[in-house]
Amino acid sequence: MNFQRADDTSANLALEIKGVSKAYGRFPALKDVSLQARDKEFLALLGPSGSGKTTLLRVLAGLETPDAGEVRFGGEDFLSLPVRHRKVGMVFQHYALFRHMTVAQNIAFGLTVRKRSEKPSKSEIADRVHKLLQLVQLEDLGKRYPSQLSGGQRQRVALARALAIEPRMLLLDEPFGALDAQVRRELRRWLRELHDRAGVTTVFVTHDQEEALDLADRVAILKDGQLIQLGSPNEVYEHPATPFVFDFLGQACRMPGVVEGGRLRIADWDSEAPAGAPQGAVEVFFRPDEVTFAPADGAGLSADVKAVAQRGPDVRIDCRIEGQPVELIGHGPTLPPGVSPGLSVRVRPTRPQVYAAG
Amino acid sequence: MTAATLASAPKPRTAWVQPSILPGFPLAMGWTLTWLGLIVVLPLTALVIRPWELGLAGVWESLTEPRVLAALRLSFGAALLAALTNVPLGLLVAWTLTRYEFPGRRIVDAFVDLPFALPTAVAGIALTAIYAPTGLLGEPLAKLGIKAAYSPIGVYIALLFIGLPFVVRTVQPVLQDLDIEVEEAATTLGATTLQRFSHVVMPAVAPALISGFSLAFARAVGEYGSVIFIAGNMPLKSEIAPLLIVIRLEQYDYAGAAVVGLAMLAISFGALLAVNGLQLFLAGRGRR
Repeated sequence: MNFQRADDTSANLALEIKGVSKAYGRFPALKDVSLQARDKEFLALLGPSGSGKTTLLRVLAGLETPDAGEVRFGGEDFLSLPVRHRKVGMVFQHYALFRHMTVAQNIAFGLTVRKRSEKPSKSEIADRVHKLLQLVQLEDLGKRYPSQLSGGQRQRVALARALAIEPRMLLLDEPFGALDAQVRRELRRWLRELHDRAGVTTVFVTHDQEEALDLADRVAILKDGQLIQLGSPNEVYEHPATPFVFDFLGQACRMPGVVEGGRLRIADWDSEAPAGAPQGAVEVFFRPDEVTFAPADGAGLSADVKAVAQRGPDVRIDCRIEGQPVELIGHGPTLPPGVSPGLSVRVRPTRPQVYAAG
Repeated sequence: MTAATLASAPKPRTAWVQPSILPGFPLAMGWTLTWLGLIVVLPLTALVIRPWELGLAGVWESLTEPRVLAALRLSFGAALLAALTNVPLGLLVAWTLTRYEFPGRRIVDAFVDLPFALPTAVAGIALTAIYAPTGLLGEPLAKLGIKAAYSPIGVYIALLFIGLPFVVRTVQPVLQDLDIEVEEAATTLGATTLQRFSHVVMPAVAPALISGFSLAFARAVGEYGSVIFIAGNMPLKSEIAPLLIVIRLEQYDYAGAAVVGLAMLAISFGALLAVNGLQLFLAGRGRR
């Protein structure tokens, strides 16, 4: 899955964050965070609330000053650069539009506040605003005020306003957090297309794992102010570095087990341990849909089926494994007939992840 | 006034009264109108009617007396000047109180209300004591050749004092509600601190600022208690219009007092109308 990045070199690194720490009073918001983003990359900062992802984004924008660490962009020391000279386009969760300005004036703001010597002429600004309105598909709404727009439209205006200054980097702080699910999904695809067309390095903060995995080139997962894992959506989803990441990225089933001499034993089921599994007592994690079923006298975890419920193409199977209630997900048409309430079956996780118990 | 048209019109009642689930509209409305009429409209009507017993020429003569004109000029001039001064000062106080966290902030905040709470005569005595030629501030000012108390400057100082809380208290909640992210957005877009203030903060605060201005102005025009102590009350120099009304009343010149009152009413009404119009225009932006 890494073949398309074989040509990666550090030469096209855009953003370098080294050992950034930040505390609010005695509460540490960021602890020694280091990560990099490539030029034109779409990087997602993913984590639960309080994980420090927004703080990190605000450090990049210059709205927070870290206690320690280094931030470089294109080799330049970013921290010594005042906010307004960084040329970052920031998009906030609650839009932060200028209420008393029209949509067009909002978008033009970054150009109209420029020094006289650098300010484009009026017609150039109008031209640029028109192009940006086209880009965010709001051509006819330039004369409206933000209060007359829907949430999704407001966020697109905020994005156009950020793009107007031709930012070196685009920073988005949960931009779809205040929108409903449908608008969210539409805007997500649209944002990705926009990013690919504009070709600007983008850092995106979200607590929605689906959004991060769907949108980003790479995902950085944070927890309690620390970077836990950094990788492509596939890498982090298929090889979560810790139980926390596994749990955070999707539904999880967990069983205690033991690894000895290359064999993994869970209850009475003995199988080959995955490569690189730790020795001794372990915790085994698997996704509820990554299982196969076998007859009760076959190999696998012994499961008593309690209930089976059809949910669209998927089937939800409530069962007990080793006395523990577990919810599995099967595919309706390929489900063996033995999987029905009151019967016992064997369940084999196809891709178990093994972590040292502790 | 529309009873006849209502009776003849086939339209349902809802044409002029939005139906509401709250009962008692006729009673509530009736009380409101009666009360307003009794408390506000009736006395004002009496004021408007009273002067004309002097006849048009008499009113004109009474109004154009140099002493009356001087008093009106001082009352409205000092009130306008004081309210205008209180706008930036009040904004600064409100800004400090909302934007910074410092020890004793609540106490400073409470001090702002003192001019509200203090009986105006007490304020007048206190101000006079300080600004009199022998007072704490009056003495150094006198050395500089500035006569603070017993002069129009004293009037201005008293009106500054009583007007400040009006500006602070109207602007403060608006500043508090101002979304800090909007200012941060402006900064990331390249705005300087000054531009952030003039392009983002001021437009949001302006309606409240105007509102505070008109309140401070209206209060200052009518202020009596605190001013008469510090003003010295010299006719043609430091005599305010409300005092002139009192003087005329004491001389049983009721119609003459009403002439001054009517003039004040007319000017105040015109000024507030203009201010409200400006405010409506500003508040309307962004909500159309």
